Amino acid sequence: MTGDTVTRAPARTGAARPLPPVDRRPLRRLRLVRTAQHLVAILITLFMAAPIYLITLAAFSSRAELNRFPKAVWPRDVSIDTLRAFLLSPGTGVLPALVNSLSVGIGTLVVSLLIGAPAGYAVARYGFRGRDAYQLFLLLTRSLPVVVLAIPLASFFLNAGLYDTTYAVVLVHSVLALPTTVLITASVFVAVPVDLEEAALVFGCTRFGAFRQVVLPMALPGVAASSIFTFVLSWNEILAAAVLTLEVRTLPAQVLVSLSESPLRYQFAGGFVLVLPALLFILLMRRYLLNMWGSTIR
Amino acid sequence: MPRRTVAPYLLLAPSAVFLLMLFGWPVVSGVLQAFGYGSTLGFTSSYWQRMADDPRFWESVRNTLLLILVLLPVQFCLAIGMALLLRARLRFSGGYFYLWAVPLAVSDLAAGLVWLSIFTDRGYLNSMLAWFGADGVDWLNYQSPTRMLLAVVLAELWRSTSLVLVIVVSGMQLLPRDYDEAAQVLGATPWQRLRHVTLPLLKPSLQVALILRTILAFQAFAVAQALTGRQFPLLIGETYEWYVNLSDPNVASAVAVVVLAISMVTAVIYLRTLRSPEAEARR
Repeated sequence: MTGDTVTRAPARTGAARPLPPVDRRPLRRLRLVRTAQHLVAILITLFMAAPIYLITLAAFSSRAELNRFPKAVWPRDVSIDTLRAFLLSPGTGVLPALVNSLSVGIGTLVVSLLIGAPAGYAVARYGFRGRDAYQLFLLLTRSLPVVVLAIPLASFFLNAGLYDTTYAVVLVHSVLALPTTVLITASVFVAVPVDLEEAALVFGCTRFGAFRQVVLPMALPGVAASSIFTFVLSWNEILAAAVLTLEVRTLPAQVLVSLSESPLRYQFAGGFVLVLPALLFILLMRRYLLNMWGSTIR
Repeated sequence: MPRRTVAPYLLLAPSAVFLLMLFGWPVVSGVLQAFGYGSTLGFTSSYWQRMADDPRFWESVRNTLLLILVLLPVQFCLAIGMALLLRARLRFSGGYFYLWAVPLAVSDLAAGLVWLSIFTDRGYLNSMLAWFGADGVDWLNYQSPTRMLLAVVLAELWRSTSLVLVIVVSGMQLLPRDYDEAAQVLGATPWQRLRHVTLPLLKPSLQVALILRTILAFQAFAVAQALTGRQFPLLIGETYEWYVNLSDPNVASAVAVVVLAISMVTAVIYLRTLRSPEAEARR
């Protein structure tokens, strides 16, 4: 491409009037803008992805490599010793904490779904008095700091004999997850056409039968997405888990509590183990992220 | 569909009871606890006194406010820019969206640890400086609050911008493209289109994101704890400190109530200030 404007070759017929020059400036400007956009997008991606790359690198570096300076930003001395020591050595208490985290996450998922999904169905399918008040109450729950709950609940659970158990943490995480579960399941049930449910009723299903055979299969993917969201919430919650337990820690609580006495390499390994599920969760949730926030924020 | 039934109430009852027991009651009793309810002292303001006498409390208030004031404007500009880039439908934009959304599922503790590997004395940032022949910088030195703030802000920026991004992108998807195209046809520059068309239309989403992010920013603490230990106190970190290390639930509750009050007040202020011009426009 040469010059700003290119004069088209005179027509072969020899007609005297040349065509007006083609203005290529808008095209070039568009290309420039596109290039700039790509450049900025790549820069932002570097900012977002580099930390994940670096923590992975740190977690898979040998002890000697981690002590070296300057460190290489490429894999120079790969080893799984650091991770293995972090996960398996009994002193760190990581493996039981990991198991606790998983069971708390699954427990939270089950409890919040059992309690939240019926409410979501009610919000989606029935107009009733107090519906707005209920939704406002849910919103309030979403916006309060966890710490306000955690401290009174600690003494409550102490009295109830639930302190320092996974059940206590499951209950608190369920409270935190419930509003989102209700709102997401409501939006899922709204998306299932009422007609189908009514058709099932006409053909002789009971209300529950219609729900089980018609609504549930259609709602399942959305409900699964909401469960993943719940699990992530529980997996990432630190404060309540740390306040409500002493021995039966979840992984983030364990990492937080042992922060001051654990060596840097274990902290890196901990960071990596905590970040790893995020990559998987978001991959699974990609399609639902926008719907979810689009629907839950209103 | 039956008009009047008890069915919805039966379906809602478990969740309502659950929330009242494990949410409503604890909040009320937490506030009462901060005023000495259930302690030997009876109704008292001495816990507030003890909280205010602790210099770390005021330091944590200052740090929390500073963090929010520096973080949120940068974060919103970045998120809006990212959303605009995604709207431009570049190649690989699906991949970009995935990578930019990943921190959404990362906790603030994990974010702190991730950035610790970068900012620590012999970490990756100083390594890179060394490769280029520059001297390393003591990023997390307690004698330099500015650098600590910078590190915490960067880590929080990395972690929490995705939330704003997702809210803004989903808001943008709902916008009709007509307005933007009309402005384009009428000769508006990209900046004018952003300033006078897209941003005003996005206001509801931005408002939600702003309220949510502010409330969540008041709750950040593990990121600072992972990066700086106890050198850069934040409000919730102080609650945790009072409860776990100093075993004083009443003062811990008092600090928690402070966070609660500030969160509520900012939410109300946002709702007021951001909604009024829109309401006027509607009239």
